[in-house]
Order: sequence, then structure tokens, then C-alpha cells
Amino acid sequence: MTYDATFRVWRGDDEEGEFADYTVPVNEGEVVLDIIHRIQATQQPDLAVRWNCKAGKCGSCSAEVNGKPRLLCMTRMSTFLDTETITVTPLRTFPIIKDLVTDVSFNYEKARKVPSFTPPPGLEPGDYRMQQIDVERSQEFRKCIECFLCQNTCHVLRDHEENKPKFSGPRFLMRIAELDMHPLDTLDRKKAAQDEHGLGYCNITKCCTEVCPEHIKITDNALIPLKERVIDEKYDPLLALGRVFRKDKAKKG
Amino acid sequence: MTETQQDIERHQYDVVVIGAGGAGLRAAIEARSQGKRTAIICKSLFGKAHTVMAEGGMAAAMGNVNSHDNWQVHFRDTMRGGKFMNNWRMAELHAQESPARAWELESWGALFDRTPDGKISQRNFGGHEYPRLAHVGDRTGLEMIRTLQQEVVALQQADARDLGDYEAMIKVFPECTITQLLLDGPEDDRRIAGAFGYWRESGSFVLFEAPAVVISTGGIGKSFKVTSNSWEGTGDGLGLALRAGATLLNMEFVQFHPTGMVWPLSVKGILVTESVRGDGGVLKNSEGRRFMFDYIPDVFKAQYATTEEEGDRWYTDPENNRRPPELLPRDEVARAINSEVKAGRGSPHGGVFLDVASRLSAEVIRKKLPSMYHQFMELAGVDITKEAMEVGPTCHYVMGGIEVDPDNGATPAVPGLFSAGEAAGGMHGSNRLGGNSLSDLVVFGRRAGLGAAHYVTELDAEGSRPRVAEADIARAQQADLVPLETDAGENPYELHQDLQQTMNDLVGIIRNADELRRALERIAELKQRAKRISVTGGRRYNPGWHVALDLKNMLLVSESIARAALERQESRGGHTRDDFPKMDPKWRRVNLICSLAADGGISIRRQPLPQIPDRLLALFDRVELTKYLTAEELSHLPEENQQ
Ligand SMILES: Cc1cc2nc3c(=O)[nH]c(=O)nc-3n(C[C@H](O)[C@H](O)[C@H](O)COP(=O)(O)OP(=O)(O)OC[C@H]3O[C@@H](n4cnc5c(N)ncnc54)[C@H](O)[C@@H]3O)c2cc1C
Ligand code: SF4
Ligand code: SF4
Ligand code: FES
Repeated sequence: MTYDATFRVWRGDDEEGEFADYTVPVNEGEVVLDIIHRIQATQQPDLAVRWNCKAGKCGSCSAEVNGKPRLLCMTRMSTFLDTETITVTPLRTFPIIKDLVTDVSFNYEKARKVPSFTPPPGLEPGDYRMQQIDVERSQEFRKCIECFLCQNTCHVLRDHEENKPKFSGPRFLMRIAELDMHPLDTLDRKKAAQDEHGLGYCNITKCCTEVCPEHIKITDNALIPLKERVIDEKYDPLLALGRVFRKDKAKKG
Repeated sequence: MTETQQDIERHQYDVVVIGAGGAGLRAAIEARSQGKRTAIICKSLFGKAHTVMAEGGMAAAMGNVNSHDNWQVHFRDTMRGGKFMNNWRMAELHAQESPARAWELESWGALFDRTPDGKISQRNFGGHEYPRLAHVGDRTGLEMIRTLQQEVVALQQADARDLGDYEAMIKVFPECTITQLLLDGPEDDRRIAGAFGYWRESGSFVLFEAPAVVISTGGIGKSFKVTSNSWEGTGDGLGLALRAGATLLNMEFVQFHPTGMVWPLSVKGILVTESVRGDGGVLKNSEGRRFMFDYIPDVFKAQYATTEEEGDRWYTDPENNRRPPELLPRDEVARAINSEVKAGRGSPHGGVFLDVASRLSAEVIRKKLPSMYHQFMELAGVDITKEAMEVGPTCHYVMGGIEVDPDNGATPAVPGLFSAGEAAGGMHGSNRLGGNSLSDLVVFGRRAGLGAAHYVTELDAEGSRPRVAEADIARAQQADLVPLETDAGENPYELHQDLQQTMNDLVGIIRNADELRRALERIAELKQRAKRISVTGGRRYNPGWHVALDLKNMLLVSESIARAALERQESRGGHTRDDFPKMDPKWRRVNLICSLAADGGISIRRQPLPQIPDRLLALFDRVELTKYLTAEELSHLPEENQQ
């Protein structure tokens, strides 16, 4: 069952670096992260890689395998041919710290710019009442493990460094949608989505959805509905008013 | 390449919280809410702590699904699960306060699954009499971490608005590892003065000057080969506490979760959530027999079904039937699986079968257990809606931990040092019930944050704060650099593997004196080898160096577990001795306390377990208490229990 695989791994940082080649034994059932760990333990002890859970739950081990954005711990070796050279590189959209580790602080800065959940004043903890069907939409978005693969993939960020100040990326536009669809959130978030987080830059290519390891339908369920709401509000003030009214009523019920 | 002392990055805080799991974040939120400037330090990125992995739920007696539930019932279940070794006060506070903590999470944005009348839904779990676990599918830990993370951000947004700086009052230091606590004062009266560590990214050192430190560094699983824990579970906080002069409580109690994946080898140990059984999954051996019916111990005979028919009826009619034995506390199930495998009735890869496919429809399985479905599909190529899973025990949780005051998390020996979460001991006795950790994190995280804040307020009222000595900083720095300055020595990864193998083979689920002595000998050798570890490469993001430093803590933790396990001559909860297979009421009265001796080894002393007050004993009937208490204790029982 064991065979020797050829790995090419990026070694270095943003300024300088090179690919290093390794020949590494692979056992049945292993994932790419196992092989990176084997390189660490037997050949290159200072090879930098980020990981935590090794179970696809924490979103730490994001990188690119043969150019595809992936979680290293959820990419099985059996998806490659034994003879294939497997190339592992860091996320391209963020600055490299060392080897496979990138500086993802951009995402934490954007997270801070989204106003937090704001329940109605006077609603005491313990008195919250929500129907399953009404929380399900936001629950889908809360499956997000913040792997930032969608942020890495979205061409608005990947190919245009200059967009970073204006565009928060699919992860955080989805966070806005999540709060907007929360049955008990009271803020109107649509204007900020458009003006401060750059919703208009998204041209619904769905590349973010394709790479999401949690299989969240980011574009269809978060971004497009958010765009529709923004448009409603812009061109149809009456409709927008109606929506606020309905939301208020739901809260009392 | 040592920076001079003046160059070292320095920060001043009121409270420093080490760890950004559920316990650490809740502690930090509390300290900041009490007006203290608070730092949160963690080895990983913000929002990635091990708590994200928790699946099944958070236990809180809200009574949303079964209105008979209340804190007294929860207290009773917790004590039974822990075989009455729990610190009664912690178990009481936990049962009383966890509903408020769950509701608080909801008010910070958590979206738990709902009941038909719109309340937080609650699910069944092993050892809990009523459906009690608040949950979100099988990703409850993620919901908790994200909610607390977002609440920290909410506080930062308020500070940006009011003080002009997001980080004025609460700041996260991610990918930063603390390697040493710093103290001030004469030998016999030393207090916390700060914490020293390094940035993983750059390898440069950083000093936090603070009069109060909360240790919430989580578990110890990485000392074992087969574990459900993430890489962070190296027991750093326990090592830090020992080296600062604090004590550890009952380290022999280590929980092996009955259901970890066993195949492929690369994922061996990864958890299969207990909800699989709570929702109807059953355990079978190679003969297709539901073997758990053969393993119901006497103490639990009254509470569990004796036939498959009764067990199956319980899922829909819990009022009139007893629960199936698959839902016995974890230690019982783990030992039963171990025995079946030893008797040659295991599955092909050395586990047993966990079958949900023949019990629930594919649609229900995918809805109720989405991450289990994906986990098996993606990592093992097994479709759990069609086939049974293969599962076996995995090192999961440590009940032992830093000895703390139940009310405020303060360590008795070191003023200024607090602890909460999995790093702290006492709450769960000899065995933790599923779901009782997530609630523990927020109940005692909050209390430790409050305790630390009060301590700082009192200290400031008295006048001066402890000071960090420059010589201590230099020493801490030198100690951390040793592996980088040693040439051609031991490989840290190999040493780690050897330790894991030792713990797995000799200090695992079933223990005996011979093997424990051998374990202690091997640990002593490993400690010698650890002094000669050498690491290549520089200080920037160098995992070899990180492992080398973590190993110090893993070795101290492993020695504590092995010593305490050798000392306790009985079997109870997460400690099974085949040379002392019975539970012994005399041992129930003994807490084992580990501390660091002058020679760098672990010394052990016995200390009486605090007496359960009569008002709480009155919640149990006498027949049940006779299984746990000594004759002497029974003779003093209050009126209510004298039948
Ligand atoms: C797979 C799995 C499933 C589980 N499911 C459940 C469940 O359903 N219900 C339940 O109640 N419990 C569950 N548990 C148990 C529960 O998740 C843990 O006990 C709990 O999350 C521990 O939380 P904590 O806050 O104590 O620490 P952790 O979440 O472990 O966090 C520790 C923190 O300390 C930091 N740290 C450690 N050392 C250092 C250092 N030297 N310097 C700086 N920072 C440091 C880490 O970076 C991390 O931020 C589960 C456990 C596992 C493994
Ligand atoms: S759908 Fe929008 S956010 Fe997603 S990748 Fe395309 S442009 Fe980016
Ligand atoms: S939405 Fe999906 S891809 Fe994006 S960060 Fe979250 S989990 Fe990752
Ligand atoms: S290590 Fe956690 S997602 Fe890969």
C-alpha cells in the first residue's frame, strides 16, 4: 500500500524563496497534511505549516494544492496518481510569512468593521423565541470555519490588491447577510454592505462557493439575496419600509 | 541572536488570559466587563482553539424539552458520572449557572437549534437523565467559539467608539506561546507578576507584565498517541502552573472517549460524536450483538434498559422506559469496547461497529449528523447512511487539572494565578459527562475572569503591583533558546512520538502497577533525552522549536498522570487498574495532589476530598449512596436519607 510520492513545496517568504522537492512515503488513507508532517519529522524540521484539528473543523490548514485552494487535512492522497508531482503553495491572496503560512490579518480587520448582532432593546436573555425555519438561513452561514479559502479565491481580491480596502470579500459579506437574516437583529445593514464592504464589486461568479469546504452556498444564499435586498431598498423605499415593519412584527410575536 | 533585555517587547495589562478557547474567551470578556485591561494570548489564530471541535452540545438544565429537568437533576447526574469524586461546590455552581450562560450566548448572537415553541432545543446524551444539551447540529463548539469571538469584537467596537481604539481595553495576541510565568516576592510568598513567551511568527520574545493571569489552555491529549485533541492539547498551562508552584488535582483521571475513528490510520483517534448514540446509533460486535447489554454495572442497573425492546422504546417514550446502555457514561462504554476487542469480537481494524444506518433514514442522518456524514465520507470513504462505522476508544479529555477555588478559580498556592476550563480540575470528578465541558467553560470562565478582576482591584487598593525581575526574564529567555543552541542532539518529533507511544501502551485505559512503573522509568529517560534536543533552522515560524518547548510541559503532565495513577489503588471513572479492579469508598475521600519537587520531578500527596453538605446529599436516596460512601460517612447521613 505504501509508495513514494514526489512533493514540491514552497519554501521562503514574500521576498524570496524557492520550491523544494521531497520524496516521501505515503500510506493508505493519508491526507496531504500527513505528508507535510512527515517531511517535517524526517527531512525539514522547520517547514512551516498552520494546522490545528486535522479534522476539517478549524479552518487553519488552508493552502493551495496543485493550484487549487484546499484544506490540507481534508485532501486525501488517493485523489492523486502515485506518479503525480504534488505541488503545495501558500494562499496566493495573502502575504507569505514563511513557507505555507500566510498573514491573514486582513480578514480579522474586516471582521471588526461589521457591526455586531444587535437584539431589540429590553429583550432579556432567556426570553428569545425563534422558529427553526427562521434561524436556518443564518445557521447555514454560521457553519463557516473561517478558512478564508473563499477570500483567497475571489478574483476581486486575488487579482487586485488595490481592492482590499474597499471590498470585504465573500466571508464578510456573508456575515452581513447572516446578521441581516437573523430573526432578532435590529440593524439595517444594507447600505453598509454596499458602501463600506463593496457588495457591488461581486459579480456573482460563484468561485467562492466552489471552494468552500463547508459547502455553504455563499453566492446563491447569501450574496445574491443581499444584493436583492439592497436593490429593493434603493429603488423601492416603500418596500423597504414594509420590510422593517414586518421584521418588527416578527420580534413581538 | 538573543535580543537584549531592553529590546524585548513589553506589554502591561491588568489581567492576562492564556488561552482563547471557550473558557479563556469567557474569562476575558468578564475581566474586560469589570473594567480591567485584558490580554488574550493563544497559540493559534483567533477563533481556532480546540473548542471549535466540540460537537454534541452544551449541557444546561433549561427544561425546554422535558420540564422535569432542573439544576438538582443535573447536579445528580454530574456526581453520578464522576463517581462522587467531583468537587461538590463546582458541580453545584455548574448545574445552577449553565442555563444563564446558554441564554447569554444566545443574546450575543448564537443560533442554537430550536424546539417547536421557539426555545433552545435540547438533546439526549450519555449519563444525562433528560434531554439537556443545547446544540447546533453537530458543530456546537464552533458556535460557541464564534459567538464568544464575535462578542470580543463587539466589546472592541464599543471601545473604538468610546475610546478611539479597538484595542484599548481588550486585545488578542494570536500565535503567541507563553513559556514561563513570572513571580515576585520572597520564596514563601510569591505572587504572579507576569508571563513570558514568544511570537510563533517571528520567534521573538514578548513579556506581559500583569498582576493576574488566568490559565485556560485546555487539555493534554497530545501526550497520547491515539487522541481526539488538536495539536494545542499539550498541557502547557499545567506545566506553567507546576513550574510557578501551583498544584494539580487527580491527574490519574483521563477520559478515553469510547468512539474515535480507527481507520484509516492517519485519522485514528478523530472523534465520532456521542450524538450518534444519543440519536439512535447502537454498538455491535463482529457477531452482530448489541454487547452493551452485557456490561451494565451494578451502580447503574436501576437506570438502564435490560432489553433491546425497552431501549428502543425509550427514544420515543422516555417517561415509561429506561435508556439503552449505549448511553452509559463514557468510561463504562470505553471499557466495554476494549473488552470486546480483546475477546476477539472486534471489527476488522480493531474497533467495534457503530451502526446508525440500519436505525435512521439517510435523510435524517444527513440532517442530524452532517459533520459525521462528511467526516466519514471524506476521510474514510464510508457512507454512514449505508454502512456501520468502525470505532474504538481515543484519549479525549482530562478530568484532573490545576487545583482551584471552586467559586473564583484562584489557585490556592499562587496569589494572582487563576484557572478555568479543561485546564482546571475538580468539576468532573473521575469522569466527565458529555456536554458538561462546554457549559463548564463558560460558567467557570466567567467566574475566573471575575475572580481575577476582583483580585486586581484589591491589590490596587493596597498599593503596589508585583514587579517582574530582570534576572527572571533573562533566565526565561535562555531556557527557551537551549534547543536552538544545541547541536546534533535529539529530534523533537521523535521524542514526542516515543512519549506518545509510552503513554498509550503503559498509561492507557487499563493500567497496572508494573506498567505504570515502567512508564515512569521511560518518562525519566525521555526527560534526560529532552535536555539534549536540538533544532535546526532559525526562530521564525519554526515548528521543530515549538514542539521542543511544548515537550517540557507534556513530560511534566505525563509524569503527573503516571504517578497519580500508580498511587490510586482502585478503579474509578477514567482510572482503571486491573490489579485493583473495584471502586473503593475509602479512596473516594482522597484527592491526589501533584506538585513540582526541587529535583524537577513530580511529588504526590494525599488531601481529603471536601465533604458533600447534607442539603446536597439529600438529593440522593440512601441505597444509591451506599455504593459510593464509606460506612462511617453513611452513619452520619442526614434525616432525609435515613429510610
Ligand atoms: C472532538 C471533540 C469533541 C468534543 N465535544 C464536546 C461536546 O460536544 N460537548 C462538550 O461539552 N465538550 C466537548 N469536548 C470537550 C471540549 O471541547 C473541551 O474540553 C473544551 O473545548 C476545552 O476548552 P478550553 O477553553 O478549556 O480550552 P481549548 O479550547 O482547548 O483552548 C485552549 C487555548 O489555550 C491556548 N494555549 C494553550 N497553550 C498555550 C500557551 N502555552 N500559550 C498561549 N496559549 C496557549 C490555545 O491556543 C487555545 O487557544 C470535545 C472535545 C473534542 C476533542
Ligand atoms: S461570487 Fe462574488 S464574492 Fe464570490 S468569488 Fe465571485 S465575485 Fe467573489
Ligand atoms: S465561507 Fe466557506 S470558504 Fe469562506 S471562510 Fe467560511 S468556510 Fe471557508
Ligand atoms: S487542521 Fe483544522 S481544518 Fe485542517
